Amino acid sequence: MSATNAIDAVFAKLKASGETALIPFITMGDPDLDTSVALVQAAEEAGAHMVELGVPYSDPLADGPVIQRASERALRNRIGLLDCMAVASKARERGVTMPFILFTYFNPVLQLGLERYFDLLKEHGFSGMIIPDLPLEEDSEVRALAEASGIHLIPLVAPTSEARVERIAARAQGFVYCVSSLGVTGVRSSFHEGIDAFLDSVRRASSVPICVGFGISSREHAERFAGLCDGVIVGSAIVRQVEEALPLLTSGQSSDRERGLQAVRDFIAGLKPRAAV
Amino acid sequence: MSQVPDQHGRFGPFGGKYVPETLMNALIELEDAYRKYKDDPEFLEEVRYLLKQYSGRPTPLYYAERLSEQLGGAKIYLKREDLNHTGAHKINNTIGQAVLAKRMGKKKVIAETGAGQHGVATATVAALMGLECKVFMGEEDTKRQQLNVFRMKLLGSEVVPVTSGTRTLKDACNETLRYWVSHVDDTYYILGSVTGPHPYPMMVRDFQRIIGLESREQILEAEGRLPDVVVAAVGGGSNAIGMFHPFIEDTSVRLLGVEAAGRGVDTEEHAATMTKGRPGVFQGSMSYVLQDEGGQVLPAHSISAGLDYPGIGPEHAYLKDTERAEYVPITDQEALDALTTLSRLEGIIPALESAHAIAQVLKIAPKMSKDEIIVVSLSGRGDKDVESIMSYLAKEEGQPL
Repeated sequence: MSATNAIDAVFAKLKASGETALIPFITMGDPDLDTSVALVQAAEEAGAHMVELGVPYSDPLADGPVIQRASERALRNRIGLLDCMAVASKARERGVTMPFILFTYFNPVLQLGLERYFDLLKEHGFSGMIIPDLPLEEDSEVRALAEASGIHLIPLVAPTSEARVERIAARAQGFVYCVSSLGVTGVRSSFHEGIDAFLDSVRRASSVPICVGFGISSREHAERFAGLCDGVIVGSAIVRQVEEALPLLTSGQSSDRERGLQAVRDFIAGLKPRAAV
Repeated sequence: MSQVPDQHGRFGPFGGKYVPETLMNALIELEDAYRKYKDDPEFLEEVRYLLKQYSGRPTPLYYAERLSEQLGGAKIYLKREDLNHTGAHKINNTIGQAVLAKRMGKKKVIAETGAGQHGVATATVAALMGLECKVFMGEEDTKRQQLNVFRMKLLGSEVVPVTSGTRTLKDACNETLRYWVSHVDDTYYILGSVTGPHPYPMMVRDFQRIIGLESREQILEAEGRLPDVVVAAVGGGSNAIGMFHPFIEDTSVRLLGVEAAGRGVDTEEHAATMTKGRPGVFQGSMSYVLQDEGGQVLPAHSISAGLDYPGIGPEHAYLKDTERAEYVPITDQEALDALTTLSRLEGIIPALESAHAIAQVLKIAPKMSKDEIIVVSLSGRGDKDVESIMSYLAKEEGQPL
């Protein structure tokens, strides 16, 4: 049985309607798991097409200060890989239908054991994964299991990848995650100068959709890339909204909590690029 | 024993390149440059010249007669890496990498540092070669090692205090890698140990092999035979691998790595990666790691900032698993006692890192016979630690010197 992967289905639908995918990233367990479930739900209500569930890690090499702080907060609550995966099931129970992508550094996966990891991805309904510290040289085992399970291993490609672009894009599953600028995740005002040519080179090498992330924090950014790619990924800007809403989200008053969630929901809705007419 | 690492940077199952795609081309560029120059006579001559005329190599292999007599067992030789310029073995590597950086046309260098020894060694060669230098140091370590912070500034480098995570060496490494990702075009990362992604574990080992090469030659000259045991302290493991590597094929030589047990391996405050860790991926390579069940890296503790690291170089993991080397823990207290002993018997104040190796020698030498030989790497001098030793002793009641 080879059911269509939900990520592929979403991109096929968006292509038909000429829309750009909006893919938020949310750090799991910041401030707690229940709120993470509610944030995933809020993201879908705000118009997100799929969502990255970020696993907090002690040494997040690819991440800037905003996501580092969120990870540190989550780790203080001892949130681990298994907790994060369970958020997906809970969000499904509450009616969320969009595809889930797990964003995790490699060591937690390695310690869980690859087989168990893939069993759980399936069990909790994930359609894809991003492992930022697993470049193509190191990914053969994970890739084989991903292909066997029908869950996409989504690769990163950077403006410095140059000759590697073709190798990475040619075997990409789901979509190619194009890093918009050199550096770590985080809000920034400028993108890599060769970004358009870079995206074009990825587009030509790839048979799957291409999405842009790292530094995208506003509708203007999203619209800047809308015509050049199939989706935009927004991480730090959303995690920062959650950080700013923490007093509301953790006050213990349900009205405060709803206001906090609403603030994040509004922010995500405001990122959506207007469809090109 | 086959040649390690292989072309993928693997030492058996250990090593590799587990870094974000944003860094991959920088590592490939570095590997290509290193392969191009590592056998280049002019490159090697420049490194050799600086090691000799600038750092003062070869360092002596000193027979510690009074220490040997006092312990009543094996003859103990100290490889005096503390007599290098800047006071530790770290400069062997920074000279090599700075010469490489220059060949690669890089004008800026960055480095991480724990105790500050690697930072000082990097700041030193940066000054020597006219390179702009930034050193990332955990905020906690900048407090423990204020003298080294000032030294780096005096040498014209910028010291960047790192406030993320544990604010020690581990997070200084993370921050240096993050900075490098954003500045790969014009910046060379002088990594200070045999850790991190390929090619660093191989390249840093090659630059540190001089310790073992000289020791081997010197002991053959002094004693006419190889030592029975070679001992070195292990944090990331650069002085130990440099000492061990030229002896690996000499299977009669026992290789003993000494890691920091902090307040004890049964407490939560230690840096005993080999004793208490298990294989995992950390800061770019597969090796032993101190981690919790879920794979989160645990904070390490040692009185010695240079050993206060939850990982270890992948080649050490390989030497452990192939049983070519053994790794044993030494506590803060044992290291301090050894530091006092060596200071009083030989007039040599060792760095706290090196004192761990000496402590292990104090344990094994008495059980060995008088015709047996131990060579121990005295990787650095203790001047930098005097203040932290004073405050440690002041805290532990009933421990006047």
